[in-house]
Amino acid sequence: MDRERLLHLRNKEDVVKLPALERVAVCGGTHGNELSGVYLVRERLKKRRKSEVMEPVTVVTVMSNPRAVHRCVRYTETDLNRCFTDAMLSFSVSDQTPFEIIRAQELNSQLGPKGSDQATDLICDLHNTTANMGLCLITYSDCDWICLHICKHLQREMATIPVRYIHYDFPPAEAYSLDSVGKHGFAMEIGPQPHGLIRSNIFTAMQEAVQLMLDWVRLFNSGSEFEGGWVDVYSLVKNIDYPRDPQTHIITAAVHPDLQDRDFCLLHPGDAMFLSFSGESVRYKGKEPLYPFFINESSYYEKGVALFLARRRRVEIPSIQSSRT
Amino acid sequence: MREGRGGVSAGSKVCSRLLLEEFRKTQARKTVSQHCSAEMEVVTLPVLHRMAVCGGTHGDEMTGVFLVPELERQRREKGDGIWPIALTTVLSNPRAIKECKRYVEKDLNRCFTSALLSSSITDSTPYEIQRAQELNSLLGPKETEDAIDIICDLHNTTANMGLTVISYSFSNWVCLHLFKYLKEKVTTVPVRLMLLDIPICDAYSLESVSKYGISLEAGPQPQGVVRADIFNFMKEAVNAVMDWIKIFNSGQVIEGGEVESYMVEKSIDYPRDPETQRPSAAVHPQLQDQDFCLLKPGDPMFLTFSGETVKYEGEPRHPIFINEAAYYEKGIAFHLAQKKNITIPSIQAKKD
Repeated sequence: MDRERLLHLRNKEDVVKLPALERVAVCGGTHGNELSGVYLVRERLKKRRKSEVMEPVTVVTVMSNPRAVHRCVRYTETDLNRCFTDAMLSFSVSDQTPFEIIRAQELNSQLGPKGSDQATDLICDLHNTTANMGLCLITYSDCDWICLHICKHLQREMATIPVRYIHYDFPPAEAYSLDSVGKHGFAMEIGPQPHGLIRSNIFTAMQEAVQLMLDWVRLFNSGSEFEGGWVDVYSLVKNIDYPRDPQTHIITAAVHPDLQDRDFCLLHPGDAMFLSFSGESVRYKGKEPLYPFFINESSYYEKGVALFLARRRRVEIPSIQSSRT
Repeated sequence: MREGRGGVSAGSKVCSRLLLEEFRKTQARKTVSQHCSAEMEVVTLPVLHRMAVCGGTHGDEMTGVFLVPELERQRREKGDGIWPIALTTVLSNPRAIKECKRYVEKDLNRCFTSALLSSSITDSTPYEIQRAQELNSLLGPKETEDAIDIICDLHNTTANMGLTVISYSFSNWVCLHLFKYLKEKVTTVPVRLMLLDIPICDAYSLESVSKYGISLEAGPQPQGVVRADIFNFMKEAVNAVMDWIKIFNSGQVIEGGEVESYMVEKSIDYPRDPETQRPSAAVHPQLQDQDFCLLKPGDPMFLTFSGETVKYEGEPRHPIFINEAAYYEKGIAFHLAQKKNITIPSIQAKKD
């Protein structure tokens, strides 16, 4: 399938035809304390858009982890958004199975099954981060033209917040997040916002982005041609942990003030990265300048991640049109 | 009279009204309002002997969680002599720190009223009430002569409050002078004073255990996150507190003057859905991050999720703790405070 898409690019006049997106899911509360998505889903459900059929697309709205949402915690037993690998989706559940693994399998039945023809066409999973990332679409593909075109559309239409595209290079079987259940999908990540609270401007930006995405889907489904172009893609290379005490494993430094809030600003070898609590600077020792993101995300301390590093490259995208017409 | 296990120790059980009054007289303790028009005589106060720096009273407020061990590391490396006063360092709520949560069963920083400190402990008593009584034994007992001189309790907030010194209005001139000094010395961030007009027996937070207690509240910082810039100015503030103590204890006259305070009057809750009780609006973008700025009648206050603006209808007041994540469950969107200028006298330590 990818090869076919690439062949189409040989002649840039060609328009790539792709199936219409008949079923779209908007998911929030995958992490129960990331409140923009929680409130957005609640608003949509309140307006009885639980399953709206507006030609030509059905939009399903889902509160992914109601138990975590109720307690306003990221998760109750295990991180739901790490439970969607093929292995975990086929795990035999028992009384001892953590709630989130069972819930992931329920969501896979409802919105998948992952990898099958019945899977939802597009999943948009709503998240917040404490990092200064603006709006990011995070996906597992750097050649999913649907996701890339949606990104281009948001970049063009959204004035108040930067929009970027992040690519995690995992094969589908190892893709672990909810958005991987759909035929196309992305996490829509917006920050900075502390967990457990809601900032009005961030909520409004997310609302606007979801609406723009749905508008794009309707236009696409109705046969509009979307002109090709290019999108800057940030591909994850590696993550960096905090300096830690070798015995206690407790962190001994914070992200350096020169790096804090500078997501997507190029980090060069020798640049300050951490400042220890006793006042010493720790510098970036990598050989390659890379782009940091998820700088100082609170929920990543326990995962051993202070920041991610990415390479950036320009990806050409073809013109596309729904194959209905 | 307080009773119950974990309450006031036998030796200082004589927390009778008489002793309390004597204590207050010798400490030259007067309420702030009575002194607004005091003449500028030099007030003599006893030398300060013991201080505590507490962190992790809320287990997810990370500046204190990391600054307290850093102070302990300095002590190991350089010895006690680096500080001008006997310093006790405390991680207040170890269980909450371990889980990186505000609290395990009950907010520790609401457990220091006289009633809760003297309540009986049973198997079903929340962990934090027991812990509060332990801390009261360690640093108090509250309202007695044995209580530690100064508690500096370190906190963070998601609100845009810079460095805010929080104290009770019954506090003596020491707290107000500390604030005055901090405001001069800490220049990287706005420094303000928030006062709670609550009598000491109802004062509910950890620093009320000491004779002169302050909370240092630094924000904005998300819970569970440590920001280097906030850590640095909090470290600077703690060092400044100790510098001031050194100056005071040396016997120098510390000049008085005017300090600007924000006296909390009430709180405003979010508009809520009558059925679910969940917030139906967020703090309006024009109010978000505007802590300490004047809120006037007609100013936007909340923006509902369906796009309507809710305006403020009250006396002009200063909002504080705007959009603090931990206050959603307490029904608080922000506090409202009145600005009050307080005249403080010059003070001087009287050597023992």
